[in-house]
Amino acid sequence: MTDTSYAPPTQSRGLKIALRWGLYLMLGVFAVWYLLPLFVMLTTSLKSLEEIRTGSLIALPREVTFDAWRTAWSGACTGIQCEGLQPYFWNSVMLAVPAVMISTVLGAMNGYVVAQWQFRGANIIFALMLFGCFIPFQVVLLPMARTLGILNIAGSIPGLIFVHVVYGIGFTTLFFRNYYVTIPAELTKAAKIDGAGFFRIFWSIFLPLSLPIIVVTVIWQFTQIWNDFLFGVSFSQAGTQPITVALNNIVNSTTGVKAYNVDMAAAIIAALPTLLVYVVAGKYFIRGLTAGSVKG
Amino acid sequence: MSHILEVDGLFKSYGATEILKDINVSIDKGEFLVLVGPSGCGKSTLLNCIAGLEPITGGAIRIAGQDMTEVSPKDRNIAMVFQSYALYPTMSVAKNITFGMQVRGVDKATQSAKLADVARQLQIEPLLNRRPGQLSGGQRQRVAMGRALVRDPALFLFDEPLSNLDAKLRVEMRTEIKRLHQDLGASMVYVTHDQIEAMTLATKIVVMKGGIIQQIGTPHEIYTRPANTFVADFMGSPAMNLIPARATPNGQGSVIEIAREGAEPLRLDEPRHAGLSGEILLGLRPEDMHEATARAGEALQGGAVRVDVVEPAGADTYVVARLGGKEVTSRLSADTQARAGAALEFGFDLSKASYFAPETGERLA
Repeated sequence: MTDTSYAPPTQSRGLKIALRWGLYLMLGVFAVWYLLPLFVMLTTSLKSLEEIRTGSLIALPREVTFDAWRTAWSGACTGIQCEGLQPYFWNSVMLAVPAVMISTVLGAMNGYVVAQWQFRGANIIFALMLFGCFIPFQVVLLPMARTLGILNIAGSIPGLIFVHVVYGIGFTTLFFRNYYVTIPAELTKAAKIDGAGFFRIFWSIFLPLSLPIIVVTVIWQFTQIWNDFLFGVSFSQAGTQPITVALNNIVNSTTGVKAYNVDMAAAIIAALPTLLVYVVAGKYFIRGLTAGSVKG
Repeated sequence: MSHILEVDGLFKSYGATEILKDINVSIDKGEFLVLVGPSGCGKSTLLNCIAGLEPITGGAIRIAGQDMTEVSPKDRNIAMVFQSYALYPTMSVAKNITFGMQVRGVDKATQSAKLADVARQLQIEPLLNRRPGQLSGGQRQRVAMGRALVRDPALFLFDEPLSNLDAKLRVEMRTEIKRLHQDLGASMVYVTHDQIEAMTLATKIVVMKGGIIQQIGTPHEIYTRPANTFVADFMGSPAMNLIPARATPNGQGSVIEIAREGAEPLRLDEPRHAGLSGEILLGLRPEDMHEATARAGEALQGGAVRVDVVEPAGADTYVVARLGGKEVTSRLSADTQARAGAALEFGFDLSKASYFAPETGERLA
């Protein structure tokens, strides 16, 4: 049995090329299908109300105007105030940035402990935290409102930060734990013998390894917190509302003619930060989701 | 108090599972102790207990005369080399080696002096600025050794440090570790599942199975006088032949009767041991079964046995035959006359034989 040559099934060159182009055509069609809403949003936001009324939905603007963007940012009315999205945008920034940072740091510490310092009951605690990921938002609304009241941070941005940190810990712990569990336990042992303690090992050995998973966690948490509506609408009051709530108010509180161009511009403004975070860090996002192993 | 390490009545259990049972072992300064056994025998757990990485359930551990049972790993004056090397992946080689000193607050000048010293000793000077990921297996091994050496500890601990290397490199590093031990005169505890590593490196071997010490002795004692059939079978390659036989007392000695296929049983005189009687296991190393025509075999008692398989291995030829209903392997010279299917005249060197009880496996004589 020395004949090991293998004849692949023959396929004509022409057929191959046709199949390849057919594939590209399909992908192209799907891409256009998915991009169409974004296209309509963008073009609509650049049209004047007059043009929207008279023109076609998918036509390019005859005359590009940024009036709608200006209105959405600083002039649109959310109920009785007419300051646009601007103040709410900063509310969201002041809410999302600390909440993301705190929940990421806590998740990293938790993950490190659960993965590398096996104590009695570690798995039970991890299972409970994991369970926290599956609790629907609605279930915690009432108890959380009570808790915020007791802590005297109801209706404030710190209150919202607290809510998002608590709700995020389950996810961030899961991310970091699954990442750290792939790091050989011998690394911790070696560092212990070298004399390093709990925090030193975390700081000098684990954190420098963690960039991919930190990026994943930050993207995930930022997207969750920035896009959150339910907590934002439940636990805020006038002046502390996040951008998602303001967007809703702009869209739903117009009187008379619906300013589609302003609505579209406002929606894009509200979505931009998450888009930006993903574009900047997306490379690490994919890497962090798939990798995690340390070939030392 | 010349003992560097004393393990005294050590017990270790996880919940209800006992991992280590009543471990008593001690070594003197400069000794090389090898813990050997099949996987799951508790040897690595014992090493981790000595290092202080695993809490123990009972007993005591003393290092250099001090009770270390409750002392944390960093204060035990030990250094450890791990199977995966456990180099810190984000640090350079130099940082890996000096990390311990940095943590302990040793001043910079001493750090770099010691680093230079160790780097020269292990010939890793060109690697100092690289990351572990950029090193080959053998180089990582050296760096891991460097990290241990720079500590200059009372006791070195090695946890299967060679098992991730390929066969050729493993033999080289084995020699290097042995040389290091000779040069430093350091005390070492070394865990391996490889009995050849154990034989070549150790000044003292502990054979373990199921969390119980089977035998403690020098490599020579372990090899020539195994305490039971487990040790006899585990140490040595090919393993010691354990041939079912029948002993009858005979004045000063005994007569050993071994069944063979298609012929009368072999009858051998054992003048050294008078107490043997009934069913026994005759333990005979492959090299103690000779070809009767060869020089060493002529004076020995023996008989013809039909050969089943002949396996030339270069320097030696392994010849497999059936005795007492079991396959036995003998190590003969490369120019042996043995042919598969033909009978061969064997001579048995009973002066090197061991005898075991078939039921308990314990050594009788």
